[in-house]
Amino acid sequence: MATAAAHQAYGTTEDTADTGAYERAFDAAVAADERIEPRDWMPDAYRATLVRQMAQHAHSEIIGMQPEANWITRAPSLRRKAILMAKVQDEAGHGLYLYSAAETLGTSRDELLDKLHSGRQKYSSIFNYPTLTWADVGAIGWLVDGAAITNQVPLCRCSYGPYARAMVRICKEESFHQRQGYELLLALGRGTPEQHAMAQDAVNRWWWPSLMMFGPPDDESAHSAQSMTWKIKRHSNDELRQRFVDICVPQAESLGLTLPDPDLRWNEERGHYDFGPIDWTEFKEVLKGNGPCNEQRLTQRRRAHEEGAWVRESAAAYAARHTSRTDGASKPGETGATRA
Amino acid sequence: MTTTVSATAALALGDDALVLSHRLGEWAGHAPVLEEEVALANIALDLLGQARVLLSTAGDEDELAYLREERAFRNLQLVEQPNGDFAHTIARQLYFSTYQHLLYAGLAATDGPFADLAAKAVKEVAYHRDHAEQWTLRLGDGTETGHERMQRACTALWRFTGEMFQPVDGLDVDLAGMETAWLESVRAVLHRATLTVPEGPRTGAWSAGAGRQGVHTESFGRMLAEMQHLHRSHPGASW
Amino acid sequence: MTNTDWPLWEVFVRSRRGLSHTHAGSLHAPDAEFALRNARDLYTRRGEGVSIWVVPSSAITASSPDEKDPFFEPAADKPYRHPTFYEIPEGVKHL
Repeated sequence: MATAAAHQAYGTTEDTADTGAYERAFDAAVAADERIEPRDWMPDAYRATLVRQMAQHAHSEIIGMQPEANWITRAPSLRRKAILMAKVQDEAGHGLYLYSAAETLGTSRDELLDKLHSGRQKYSSIFNYPTLTWADVGAIGWLVDGAAITNQVPLCRCSYGPYARAMVRICKEESFHQRQGYELLLALGRGTPEQHAMAQDAVNRWWWPSLMMFGPPDDESAHSAQSMTWKIKRHSNDELRQRFVDICVPQAESLGLTLPDPDLRWNEERGHYDFGPIDWTEFKEVLKGNGPCNEQRLTQRRRAHEEGAWVRESAAAYAARHTSRTDGASKPGETGATRA
Repeated sequence: MTTTVSATAALALGDDALVLSHRLGEWAGHAPVLEEEVALANIALDLLGQARVLLSTAGDEDELAYLREERAFRNLQLVEQPNGDFAHTIARQLYFSTYQHLLYAGLAATDGPFADLAAKAVKEVAYHRDHAEQWTLRLGDGTETGHERMQRACTALWRFTGEMFQPVDGLDVDLAGMETAWLESVRAVLHRATLTVPEGPRTGAWSAGAGRQGVHTESFGRMLAEMQHLHRSHPGASW
Repeated sequence: MTNTDWPLWEVFVRSRRGLSHTHAGSLHAPDAEFALRNARDLYTRRGEGVSIWVVPSSAITASSPDEKDPFFEPAADKPYRHPTFYEIPEGVKHL
């Protein structure tokens, strides 16, 4: 598999005589808030962290299609159906932007998908929870996308150029996701008693998992400190979690819904809302694969990929034959040979 | 200028778009390659947009979509056929979008009640047709497996293609001319894709009629049950 | 199974008439025709474009970061190429 020349990694530590000078240039660029671009020298660990994070982010978008796609065929009005389809489509699109960004570091999408399918790379644990009612679509939009946006907005200034650019595009589109979720819940909250109950039930189930989306508390977060130095990450997990809680409380009030936390109250001194303890045991269990839908999500993803193999093969075979036949750029069979 | 919209015609075209959009929506999260998730959703969204405009000319879009019984739907049997493998979906797309393109091009050229809608939709549908054609070529003239699957799909759906050219009340188009053009266009694509043009009859051997008369196939009831269940469980609710 | 890898394409989108094509990102496609279509679906689904170019990523030759200095620094010390280099008396118009 050929890597794009424009993306080809430059000067890895092994083949570079003067690593020190490169490293100083890299550090200086990061410190000056300049962007690192694909062919720049970068520490191997920086590269690895980015590939891991962008891949995990891309996988999350792709797996994240499933819980919502679960309701496309049952959407209760045509307007909602159109909105939901467009949203799930955006998630596929976001996955593609992110794989595209990850590929600039020389790892092909196929490799990344392999790692997802074999469980060697993770996706956000939030998608291992089920969407049991229509209101869950709203709760995902409001809370899950809300938490994602809180996490992602700072990534628009991430030190790695392609990631930051992908995030700018994604964040623009995500705000539609959050708003449609909120509006959906608002309609339910103001609807019949059954609809209101459906909305409250969904918020009860999604609130705590959404708070877990910010990752473990700062003192237990494995990658945080280094990522902050490299400006891949700009704020700590706890900082972003607090920001999210502060945003959500008044929004829940406007919805006429309650957040399922008896300890939630305004703290005048801190200028923030206090909230109750998060069940990190549940978080770790879901992360380990013991969530309600881990198996189901991965199985569906693998199946789509495997069942699509003949389609991708057929298109590749067609391209091999017709490209060489029509433009004469390569000898017959040559394209097929390089692809194999 | 005729401004009276025939409800029969609006329902026929609207239901076609609604039902096919629903079927394409079922692909979400299952497409053979990620780029195709986006492509199929685009087509589904175009069709849903058309359906909403058409149904709204005949009544309330949601009442029509969610509260009619199976026998009241006027869509072609072709569009309600289950997705099957990707080849079946593409064959269905090729047959239907070729028809829809000819139909909307015809309607756009008239000064009838569907002219405005058709003028917008014909551009969308041209893209759907192109998408189907590109894939028909790549599956038919790709690998052996691709060829076999595409051939099987084209043959299996052939029997549903005759219905497209049955007269519909209020649709003022040259159906005979459309049918000739359709056959010509589909044959040309199948030829280029190294596929054999199916030889079987293009309508089912059943006098009860077909989709345009409200007679549907087995899987359609199940599709509607899924589509309508939530809406019907909360009578009168707004969403 | 590995021969299902579709090659990578770079996508350039002209957002509106009068502007040049700008790099939007990349995607995978089996051939140029599909690369264009996939690009249309992926990068212009909110009406972001009026024209698209796709280029096989492997066909791009890029300047290397190592040659950055010989490539780009010589251009940085020629301020006389820029209009702000010249002082024009106040009140002189259309210049």
